[in-house]
Amino acid sequence: MKKKEMVAMLLAGGQGKRLKGLTKSIAKPAVYFGGTYRIIDFPLSNCTNSGIDTVGVLTQYEPLVLSSYIGIGSDWDLNRKNGGVFVLPPHEREDGSNWYRGTADAIYRNLKFVDQFDPEHVLILSGDHIYKMNYNAMLQYHLERKADCTISVIDVPLEEASRFGILNTEENLRIYEFEEKPAKPKSTLASMGVYIFKWDVLRRALLDDGEESDSSHDFGKDIIPTLLSKGKSLYAYPFEGYWRDVGTVTSLWEANMDLLSDNPPLNLNDPSWRIFTRNPNQPAQYVAPGAKVSGSLINEGCIVRGEVKHSVLFYGVEIGEGSVITDSVIMPKVKIGKNVRIHKAIISENTVIEDYMEIGTDRENEDEILLIDNRSKKRKSVPAKTI
Amino acid sequence: MKQLMGVINLDHELDHLNELTYFRCGAAVPFASRYRLIDFVLSNMMRAELESVGLFVRRKYRSLMDHLGDGKSWDMNRKHGGLFILPPDWNDPTDTSLGDLQHFHNNLDFFKRSSAKYIVHSGSQHINTIDFQELYSYHLEKGADVTLVYKKIDHLEPEHDPCLRLEVDEDGHVLNIHHEKNHPNIYMEMFIMEKELFLEQVEYCIAHGESFFFRDAIQKRRDKLKIAAFEYTGYHAVINSVASYYKSSMKLLNHDEYTDLFHDNQVQTKIKYEAPTRYLESANVSNSLVANGCIIAGTVENSVIFRGVQIRKGARVVNSVVMQKCVIEEDAVIENVILDKDVQLSRERILVGDSKRPFVIAKSSKM
Repeated sequence: MKKKEMVAMLLAGGQGKRLKGLTKSIAKPAVYFGGTYRIIDFPLSNCTNSGIDTVGVLTQYEPLVLSSYIGIGSDWDLNRKNGGVFVLPPHEREDGSNWYRGTADAIYRNLKFVDQFDPEHVLILSGDHIYKMNYNAMLQYHLERKADCTISVIDVPLEEASRFGILNTEENLRIYEFEEKPAKPKSTLASMGVYIFKWDVLRRALLDDGEESDSSHDFGKDIIPTLLSKGKSLYAYPFEGYWRDVGTVTSLWEANMDLLSDNPPLNLNDPSWRIFTRNPNQPAQYVAPGAKVSGSLINEGCIVRGEVKHSVLFYGVEIGEGSVITDSVIMPKVKIGKNVRIHKAIISENTVIEDYMEIGTDRENEDEILLIDNRSKKRKSVPAKTI
Repeated sequence: MKQLMGVINLDHELDHLNELTYFRCGAAVPFASRYRLIDFVLSNMMRAELESVGLFVRRKYRSLMDHLGDGKSWDMNRKHGGLFILPPDWNDPTDTSLGDLQHFHNNLDFFKRSSAKYIVHSGSQHINTIDFQELYSYHLEKGADVTLVYKKIDHLEPEHDPCLRLEVDEDGHVLNIHHEKNHPNIYMEMFIMEKELFLEQVEYCIAHGESFFFRDAIQKRRDKLKIAAFEYTGYHAVINSVASYYKSSMKLLNHDEYTDLFHDNQVQTKIKYEAPTRYLESANVSNSLVANGCIIAGTVENSVIFRGVQIRKGARVVNSVVMQKCVIEEDAVIENVILDKDVQLSRERILVGDSKRPFVIAKSSKM
């Protein structure tokens, strides 16, 4: 195998419990986003656009949809002869079988995978963030500082800082302290979960950590603090641009809504930084006479006969006459009947909403985002009106 | 189906779509918001799982080849068989063949290497959703030498004029093949026959100085062959002129036509990785087909919009076809217009064509 400068390892094993029904049978990185994408399209496309052609995807929870979605990686141009994309589930070995015990453990158990490419550096990514980032620019920064580890950071509001892993740095951005979800944050530089390590440094640290029985085998909790305590050189790489953790129903909804303004903070129409995805190959969307569509993102294969305002429609959605959809996310192949009202909801894949249903129109808690699937009971049927 | 191999023959298709076919052949003309005409026949062949498909091209095939690539979009990038694009190139000084017979003669290897026993022939101008497996079963059932496909047209239109007609008896046998303009059975340039017989006919015709397989081997020699007819009843459009192109595009806005063409038949095309279409607050769209990657801030009525089109605020697009990546600036108006790819229409520019004769703007024009 030809030596690689950098190999990416994408952590995609998490269940994402806070996404409730959306991750009932699929892993969080496979959750739909933005009318046509799945969350994992963003880190995978970033790799392709950054010129990284070797990616290991670490799966664990419900891997079927995710691994069949990735396939041989041709949609992301990752079907390479030397390198490409590899799905890496936990496996049995001579010394027994184990699930991945933590983020660092997942890499530890795939040392052989990384070693075969003999890389100088390893890029660690997580599969639950929406952002466009040039990892190659980050690698150049990492090389310029001769860092052992570079962590991408984003400036967050002080009041939200305690939700993140916070990095405390010297003026030159060298990290002296890492605090996981600190009660009293000393800085507002939050880790984005994007790390570049020198492979020999990380390899050593993983081997040591693997032996520790009281370690939680986590990058944030164990590996980073250990490297800091050993005096390794760790730098923060400031990222400016749109970045969003979509780990909860509300944040997923909000990130979808972010796409709908006239000048969205995340531009999906940039030909120089395309987000690749598996194409469902649907005919063009049809907007019927009398339909109204505004401030929305609509995918191919949709048939719109009603009104869609400030909403995201995935492919193959049908909306009947007289229906009004506002501030909602409608996932693939949802069929919505006539005279339906839907407000501030996420309707999950393949759901059928019958005529005259009202969803989220007289909610008690305005901030709550309703999540509806075929089994949901939170619907209200209004007696059929005669016109 | 390993028994069948496909022949897509573009040799006789005239490029009568004016500006739209100045730089591309008819088969590469964009249609229905995100496809090209060739996609429909290729998708039909893909669904029937043909072992191999040969595409005989002669002129202006650069953009067609760009579109087809290695055939991956139609699942035709195979180790054995798959898609073969066969341009005319052969330098045998003793070769005396002419017309499409020359194509077939020069590519005998393509036919002989395939293990398929039957050949399915098609052009690209008749858009349809035929099931080739059904055609194959019918052909076997009839025990015919060759089975021709036709569509019975209730209301003949000018685009049907150049088409051949089939006279068919009650048992589905072809009695005559002619050009009488009032006959309703339109021959769809589509037939199935055994490969051995096909190659025999090719050889015979070349030996007799002929040049056009269908005319010389089938039409002229119909007394010597057992010719059956298969009636196709699904979606059908003939696209051989600007008028028929425009009319067929507009008819797709009729929901029944759209469903007939797309509902049961996934049509494959080259993938573009465009984002979903973004409708701004000021967008006002009705009765239109819109592909992905568009940003729409203006008004769109009764129109077909291709991938990556931008329609700015105050612009109006009515009864028009707007191809890939066109930009229509603020307050510009088009009505009964076909804009080819990459056309840029500046602010407040107004273009109005006739509903019978739409205004066609050539590729990459800046106005």
